[in-house]
Amino acid sequence: MAKRIDVKDLSIFYGAFKAVEDVTMTVEPRSVTAFIGPSGCGKSTLLRTLNRMHEVIPGGRVEGSIHLDDADIYGADVDPVAVRRTVGMVFQRPNPFPTMTIGDNVSAGLRLNGIKDKKALAQKVEASLRSANLWNEVKDRLNKPGAGLSGGQQQRLCIARAIAVEPQVLLMDEPCSALDPISTLAIEDLIGELKSTYTIVIVTHNMQQAARVSDRTGFFNLAATGKPGRLIEMDDTQKMFSNPTERTTEDYISGRFG
Amino acid sequence: MTTADVTAGSGLKTMPRESTGGFDHKSGSRALRDQLARVVMWTAFLIAMVPLVWILWSVITKGAAIMLDSHWWTNSQRGITNRVVGGGAVHAIEGTLIEALATAIMAVPIAVMTAIYLVEYGRGRLAKTVSFMVDILTGIPSIVAALFIYAVWVTTFGFQRVGFAVTLALVLLMIPVVVRSTEEMLKLVPNELREASYALGVPKWKTIAKIVVPTAFSGIITGVLLGLARIMGETAPLLILGPYTKTIATDLFGGLMPTLPTMINQDRTEVLQPAVDRVWGAAATLILMILLLNIAGRLVSRLGAPKT
Repeated sequence: MAKRIDVKDLSIFYGAFKAVEDVTMTVEPRSVTAFIGPSGCGKSTLLRTLNRMHEVIPGGRVEGSIHLDDADIYGADVDPVAVRRTVGMVFQRPNPFPTMTIGDNVSAGLRLNGIKDKKALAQKVEASLRSANLWNEVKDRLNKPGAGLSGGQQQRLCIARAIAVEPQVLLMDEPCSALDPISTLAIEDLIGELKSTYTIVIVTHNMQQAARVSDRTGFFNLAATGKPGRLIEMDDTQKMFSNPTERTTEDYISGRFG
Repeated sequence: MTTADVTAGSGLKTMPRESTGGFDHKSGSRALRDQLARVVMWTAFLIAMVPLVWILWSVITKGAAIMLDSHWWTNSQRGITNRVVGGGAVHAIEGTLIEALATAIMAVPIAVMTAIYLVEYGRGRLAKTVSFMVDILTGIPSIVAALFIYAVWVTTFGFQRVGFAVTLALVLLMIPVVVRSTEEMLKLVPNELREASYALGVPKWKTIAKIVVPTAFSGIITGVLLGLARIMGETAPLLILGPYTKTIATDLFGGLMPTLPTMINQDRTEVLQPAVDRVWGAAATLILMILLLNIAGRLVSRLGAPKT
């Protein structure tokens, strides 16, 4: 059920400001693709266009096209809500719903989209929490608030919540940047397991993380502050970290800037 | 400390002031200014407390006796004159509660919807205009709101002065209070929760109804209760639109409806003791009711805060 993403000639704007320019790339299904680059290069912005979250920000718009397999997600009569059901997202800071229990957090997407069958929901909650490697830690307290969990558990809860609606693609925006090394390891292991089912795109500031978890890596950079970000190079992670084609990629990866 | 000390590695032994471990002593003038500011602050606080304590003390000491009489909570003033001891305030308490409830039923939905529009949807000129209007409404003196409703209700349409006319004026006064408090509460809901919901493929209206409003719910209720407490003590609309009567009246559309503020106003010029006692009693009752609402508001906000 994982899908391929084709981005073609994509430019992204905040009002009149062009944040990202002319990105063309392909993200293969059942693989992990990492976006790396210095702050402000537009990697998170690009990620948010893949499930039409960018346009939630006033003035946010795009030019160009993004196809999910053969469907244009920016097509004239495509409902952004339907796109987001297909392309799930995990955010930088864990954000469980504070009014809901752990179990209700996981089933939130299903319940809010009209599924009422209690038994089916309970099964889905368990399956999603198991996939997120969280079931054993929370199975005895599904009725407790999600905010009582540790940061790393909360982030895995958010991943469980995202996969409960059975998306085809999972976007992760620096999912470990607010977590300690142990929790980070747990999430990275989880990403490795999830890629057999989903297409995963992850934005990260941590190059070791990109090297550890991803199959392909895209490097973004911007010419100067206030200039739009561009995709400099995209290749197999192995090649990107050992023998990149572009000079700036090598400079960034070897820590000479950024 | 000289450079020689540092290079010799004996710097710790030669620190100038042992007692503070080498840090400078707290300066005398700064300590003095700290004391001065402390004294000024406490004086200001005590001055501000004087009228509050004075009012509470006089009202409670003079009103408590009559409130402790069980008739106060069960009887009206029907057939009771200013020379006679007895009767109660139940007609006025009921009138105040009925009018407050009716006001809340009309004002809260309008105010909460307006706040949701302003925080979640409002962009551009329309939102700015609405927000500006709410500001204007906040600044309207209650007597102006009362006279406006009088002009519409009595002068233009020729209706009688009834409880419902009073609630219309109170609605005008309550809406801006609740709009502003609800707005503040909705703004406190982190944007990440909205985005988390959108990312699950939940439409915006459902995100607001099921995620944003429930998260802000206890804060909204607190705002409503504080708004209610404010309009229950309002007097101008009652004097102009809802004259006092001594009997129980529960029909908002049928005739006069007595309230605690108008009960106080009715007998305030009396010199005979039974009537004077009733004025103090009514004042103490009103203060008590508003106090209870305030406490309820605070309890709701404390109990409803997201648990961890």
